[in-house]
Amino acid sequence: MNEIFGIPIQAFLGQLLLGLVNGSFYAMLSLGLAVIFGLLGIVNFAHGALYMIGAYVAWLSLEKLGLNYWWALLLAPLAVGALGVFIERTMLRRLYKLDPLYGLLLTFGLALVFEGLFRDQFGVSGQQYPVPELLRGATNLGFMILPNYRAWVVVASLSVCLGTWFLIEKTRLGATLRAGTENPRLVQAFGINVPLMVTLTYAGGAALAALAGVLAAPVIQITPLMGSNLIIVVFAVVVIGGMGSILGSIITGIALGMVEGLTKVFYPEASNIVVFVIMAIVLVIRPTGLFGKEM
Amino acid sequence: MKVTMKIKQSAAACALAFGVAMGGAGPAQAQYSGDVIRIGIITDMSSVYADIDGPAGVEAIRMAIADMGGNINSKKIEVLFADHQNRADVAASKAREWFDQQGLDMLIGGTNSGTALAMANVAAEKKKPFLVVGAATSALTSEQCSPYTVHWAYDTVALAKGTGNAVVKAGGKSWYFLTADYAFGAALQADTTAVVKSAGGNVVGSVKHPLSASDFSSFMLQAQGSKAQILGLANAGGDTINAIKAANEFGVTKTMKLAGLLVFINDIHSLGLPTTQGMYLTDSWYWNRDAEARAWSRKFFEKLKRMPSSLQAADYSATRQYLTAVKAVGTDDANKVLAQMKKTKINDVFAKGGYIRADGRMVHDMYLMQVKSQDQSKEPWDYYNVVETFKGETAWATKAESKCAAWK
Amino acid sequence: MTVSTGKDDPALPGVPVAKRLSVSRIGQLTWMAVLAFLLAAPFVGVYPIFLMNALCFAIFACAFNLLLGYTGLLSFGHAAFMGSGAYATGWLVRSAGWSPEMGVLAGTLAAGAIGLVVGLIAIRRQGIYFAMITLAMAQMIYFICLQAPFTGGEDGLQGVPRGVLFGVLPLADDLAMYFVVLAVFVAVFLGIVRIVHSPYGQVLKAIRENEPRAISLGYDVDRYKLLAFVLSTSLSGLAGSLKTLVLGFATLSDVHWSLSGEVVLMSLLGGMGTFAGPAVGAATIIGLQNYLADRVGSWVTVIIGATFVFCVLLFRRGIVGELLAWLRRNRAA
Repeated sequence: MNEIFGIPIQAFLGQLLLGLVNGSFYAMLSLGLAVIFGLLGIVNFAHGALYMIGAYVAWLSLEKLGLNYWWALLLAPLAVGALGVFIERTMLRRLYKLDPLYGLLLTFGLALVFEGLFRDQFGVSGQQYPVPELLRGATNLGFMILPNYRAWVVVASLSVCLGTWFLIEKTRLGATLRAGTENPRLVQAFGINVPLMVTLTYAGGAALAALAGVLAAPVIQITPLMGSNLIIVVFAVVVIGGMGSILGSIITGIALGMVEGLTKVFYPEASNIVVFVIMAIVLVIRPTGLFGKEM
Repeated sequence: MKVTMKIKQSAAACALAFGVAMGGAGPAQAQYSGDVIRIGIITDMSSVYADIDGPAGVEAIRMAIADMGGNINSKKIEVLFADHQNRADVAASKAREWFDQQGLDMLIGGTNSGTALAMANVAAEKKKPFLVVGAATSALTSEQCSPYTVHWAYDTVALAKGTGNAVVKAGGKSWYFLTADYAFGAALQADTTAVVKSAGGNVVGSVKHPLSASDFSSFMLQAQGSKAQILGLANAGGDTINAIKAANEFGVTKTMKLAGLLVFINDIHSLGLPTTQGMYLTDSWYWNRDAEARAWSRKFFEKLKRMPSSLQAADYSATRQYLTAVKAVGTDDANKVLAQMKKTKINDVFAKGGYIRADGRMVHDMYLMQVKSQDQSKEPWDYYNVVETFKGETAWATKAESKCAAWK
Repeated sequence: MTVSTGKDDPALPGVPVAKRLSVSRIGQLTWMAVLAFLLAAPFVGVYPIFLMNALCFAIFACAFNLLLGYTGLLSFGHAAFMGSGAYATGWLVRSAGWSPEMGVLAGTLAAGAIGLVVGLIAIRRQGIYFAMITLAMAQMIYFICLQAPFTGGEDGLQGVPRGVLFGVLPLADDLAMYFVVLAVFVAVFLGIVRIVHSPYGQVLKAIRENEPRAISLGYDVDRYKLLAFVLSTSLSGLAGSLKTLVLGFATLSDVHWSLSGEVVLMSLLGGMGTFAGPAVGAATIIGLQNYLADRVGSWVTVIIGATFVFCVLLFRRGIVGELLAWLRRNRAA
């Protein structure tokens, strides 16, 4: 058998692999959203903007400071994490006692502000970021030519995702974090600085978004709008996975990337909406999402 | 009695004298509405198309006004500009407001077809000239043509005819299309397909991609599988840029040649020559076309630190021609100026021997270019070789193809 | 430009008499003043097209607020319904030759029908999830509008004639159109007031305040919410339909998510959960956009975003909410 549904098996495998690449971006972004939502109860609409800023930090540090890709991988999450600290300390903090919808509205406003500022500063045609020396070229896998950089994206983002999962689910720090989600007052009573923990969590989520931005920089056009194009799909991914679950958001992200990849072969016109259609179906069958708990 | 007679006489004389004075002054006042010549441009100043037209386009209009001396018959020339944010409602209401309240004499429409079509309706209703520069849709001079709309720079038909014909002639017989999945992409693909087929080429397949797709890798894989010689990019802006990047990354450019159906020099500048070299594209103008264009572009460069796109040159040209016509007829009356424009040949930095057809299309030459390689390029922004020039009528929709009622 | 003065100024002359009059009486007087202003506006040189556009958005914002302010459901995809109404009316009037009244009616019903489908899915979750689901569903509708042949894609659906209302009133005249839009706005506004004060509206408020309690009192909460959603989406469609007639086109920006964000901002800025708030907010935002379009360029997004942040952090009651609170404090003093 060398065809699947009338598609040569090689093309099929190729598309599946490319879906995996996109899926790992979804996974990283939805992971950050899930972590922030888990502890702060806030849907971070600014996540796409932070991802965009991450890519711009990489570009700026190359253009203005001459720092290469590997430095950017370190620098961008730090810079955006610091921005996250600022946002949490000065703004989000005031909203915890209110309806969580205000958090969504605030971060939506922030996303517009960031987008507008970058648009004003850098225009909209977009900037180019070169693929780092070490990862140039492509490997012929027999069924397709896979650019080395894309392979790196998969490896890097999966490692980051699993690392984050391990940190939260398997370490003492993670246990404290999870306890903080369940009952902040009790954790505070144990002498743990919960407000600090909350700040660092938001910063951590922001840093993850920035990291995804740096990883994406060499493969797409860096534009101020790159985040807003992506964030709504990631929202749908998070709804499908169920926001409570870290592992769930990773798996859903990757799976949906692959589904979307296959849609591009079988019925490309629908590749934009397939994630939303799946979301609707999942909600009808299982309103809490695939991995969500009733809450 | 005598006295009253006298009074009556002198009153009559007075009235007569007054009437003469009014008669003399009347036309002079009606010649220039509001005693000022007011030009407006509504374009995308801040979003996806801001680089190809935008603020630099406004500057080009200012250059045209300055080259006319800043006034005509000592009437000041003013320019208004607005950002439509790519929203047709904003564009149309701004246009309406300017015509109604600011006494706007002529409107220039920048980028984005939706906003241009909306403004064309307003201009037709207000009976004022509307010179479209940045919009691609050929509907402006076809189904939706109007005596007040003049389409200046380019349209989808011309892009398709240019690229399609020339690339087939150059040996690119088999085509595969990567098409943006909305009306614009579909029109571009359909027009190009027709041209390719009639020139003896064939289209082996196509794939539609969503607007603003961030990832083109999957489509590249499909294109590669087609074994066609030419990959036609029936999309625009960021989509074209991302598609070209992905084509390089996946080695598509090794086996296929790219043909961009709507590519501006700003896109090439942003992508860089190593990524784009060898690509075919059609445009209405190129700054390095001839000595006159170069000289003007250098002036533009001094102000804005970049070379003008074809649209910015067209902004200049449209303003210049309008003002020249205003000067020739000595009024800013819409019908008189348009009549003058339509009977005058256009010879300026943008067009050579151009003229405005009954459907509102400004007919001028179009150019097929090929992007230079890094070592062919001698200076910044030196990006194209002009491969072929499509003379006058051959570039545009024919009378038979047009659906414009006024041109039948 | 007499941009944003239309709605908020007349509230101020009512202030000095505050101590003598009840707050609701002041509200009534203010509304009469606003109505008088709106009736006179086109004759005193206010630009009618701008007013009509602002009124359409005011209808949209009021419809949205029925959901957010009185039911506690934040829909982040309301542009999809305004846009569906706009496209349906535009296509029917232009290509199928329907009369304007039938076109508007059909646009309203179409938006309501799409609202019913989206609502059935979205009300399965609450709060923040509801917002994200409506956003995602609206994005899907956006892509469908982008790709569907009858919408004209990026070019939009252009050249929709205004036609002749009921076969007697030609709407091509701006004044006639204006008074039709004004009449619809007043009707929608009074309709929403009526709904909120009805027993049904009381149940909605009960759901907003405490959903589990409403359930335990025996209300079929989902049905109430769904009805509110469909009402709100239909009225949003009505706003879109009118806008298409006024401006003569429907385009993708009518279904884009940024418009969904804007309508949230209109409600928030004007004061959610107040009757007048969304209308005030709509007039302010539309006026601001119009005013800024040729002045600040790309800063419009930044200003809109910053307004959002400001409202959420420091101005949660909104303009009308603050005014009402101020009046009540004054009366109490």
